[in-house]
Amino acid sequence: MISGLLARTASAALVVLGVVCAVFFLTHLIPGDPVEVLLGESAMVAEREQLRQRLGLDRPLGGQWLAYVAGLLKLDLGTSLFSQQPVAAIIAQRIGASCFLALAALGVAVAVAVPTGIVAALRKDTLWDQGAMGLALLGVSIPNFWLGPMLILMFSLSLGWLPVSGAESPASIILPAITLGTGLAAVLSRNIRSALLEVLAEDYIRTARAKGIAPRAVLLRHAAANAGLTVVTVLGLQLGALLGGAVITETVFDWPGIGSLMVEAILRRDYPVVQGCVLLISVIYVAINTATDLVYALLDPRIRFAK
Amino acid sequence: MFSSAILVSWGALALLGSWFPLKPNEMLLSQILRPPTSHDWLGFDDYGRSIADRLLMGARTSFVVAFAVVTVTAGFGTAVGILSGWLGGWWDLVMVRLIDVFLAFPGMLLAIALAGLLGPGVDNVVVALAAVGWVSFARLARAQALSVKEREHIQAAQSLGVSSLVILYRHVLPLISAPLIIEATFGIASVVAAEAGLSFLGLGGQPPAPSWGGMIRDGTRYMLVAPHMVIAPGIAMMLVVLAANLAGDWMRDKLDVRGLSGTN
Repeated sequence: MISGLLARTASAALVVLGVVCAVFFLTHLIPGDPVEVLLGESAMVAEREQLRQRLGLDRPLGGQWLAYVAGLLKLDLGTSLFSQQPVAAIIAQRIGASCFLALAALGVAVAVAVPTGIVAALRKDTLWDQGAMGLALLGVSIPNFWLGPMLILMFSLSLGWLPVSGAESPASIILPAITLGTGLAAVLSRNIRSALLEVLAEDYIRTARAKGIAPRAVLLRHAAANAGLTVVTVLGLQLGALLGGAVITETVFDWPGIGSLMVEAILRRDYPVVQGCVLLISVIYVAINTATDLVYALLDPRIRFAK
Repeated sequence: MFSSAILVSWGALALLGSWFPLKPNEMLLSQILRPPTSHDWLGFDDYGRSIADRLLMGARTSFVVAFAVVTVTAGFGTAVGILSGWLGGWWDLVMVRLIDVFLAFPGMLLAIALAGLLGPGVDNVVVALAAVGWVSFARLARAQALSVKEREHIQAAQSLGVSSLVILYRHVLPLISAPLIIEATFGIASVVAAEAGLSFLGLGGQPPAPSWGGMIRDGTRYMLVAPHMVIAPGIAMMLVVLAANLAGDWMRDKLDVRGLSGTN
């Protein structure tokens, strides 16, 4: 058990190291000179050299890499080319809003998917099931950069109930959370349904029913506990899609998180900020996945007590 | 069948689109932001360009990108995955780690960053989406190759002295193609959505080239006065994505392949 935990954490650390390398090379292997892009055609040679030196681009690649990693260990993500502020400080201002949005979207997804998935599984092949799964397929297929504007059109512009964009009032979170949560809700409800159907076909469920346990207790104590394990794994993996989708959703709603920061930075060619955002989101994702695996191991007695 | 009808007409429009007298970039000043009428079903945009014409040309963009990305990623990913599973050893170990690192970037994130750093343009969209997309095929092909590697007919071929490449092509690939084809079908759905997403962020083909994502992006600025600008391209794109997802689901049921989901 303990060695399993250690092995899982070690492999996560290796992946994080790989991610750091990938993010570093992301900007270094791409054709085109960032200095050229930043200064434009008309810049003087001396200006270019100065900037190149300031960015450390005149040093050999290995040295740049070491400097980058050494900086990361001190939580130094570099300096923004646009505002001249430390990237870590810029991201720190934005991360709270992103976490809030992700949690709200997760809440929306769970609140929608759990009842839908359970009803669809319990009433398999009825209109309830077909309706729920049809909606889920629709939810998977609606891209959030279209759903978002449609929701704005309906609830903000036509009905005037909710703010169009920004994060000024507490109600601002509602539409972005629904937009971001829909895709996850759709995937999750499909998974809950199939996990529950699989568990309900097991022998121990039949035994429990034969013993005369109330249907509600069979569902909650015997089926849900086992189906839940599968769902937890899916949830962890799907959070990645949530974090990636947040980039677009935040842009649609002008939500002041890291997703919209990254798009702003891309449009301004502010490479250090882009690097910082990609690195942070990916590391969070790896951490969530590792945590999911560990929680899974803790929840499942078959793994917990295994040697 | 609904989904094949949508997919076939999408492909036909993309291939035959240039034969129609479409004027996606013609600006009619008198028609600016004009809502749909019985003559012009989808209305006009903020430059007085026909939305119907732009929609059809946008179908072409999304089809070309989807076709290119799915072909490249499926081909490259499958080759890497099969070789990795077949050869084993340090090569496999390195590949597995590499795949893990790529999978550590959530969904669209790496594609957005790559497309952003490479600069706007349809070709860079293809590069960015291909760089992200090959991993799922590689992982799948590797797992499948590992599972058929020890089968008797492969051992028989080996002991008869058939070369590895021939075995992989003739005896392994046909056995593992079903899940890969399903993955490719879901791949169409995700690439179409991703291409539109990148264009929406301004990282796709540049104006005035028509693309569905770009049309939605332009439309969001005029939602109060001209909601038809957003609605038409969104529905077109959603129909294609939905059709590809339905086709993937249908194939998965038909071919009875387990352990795949239509979401990655």
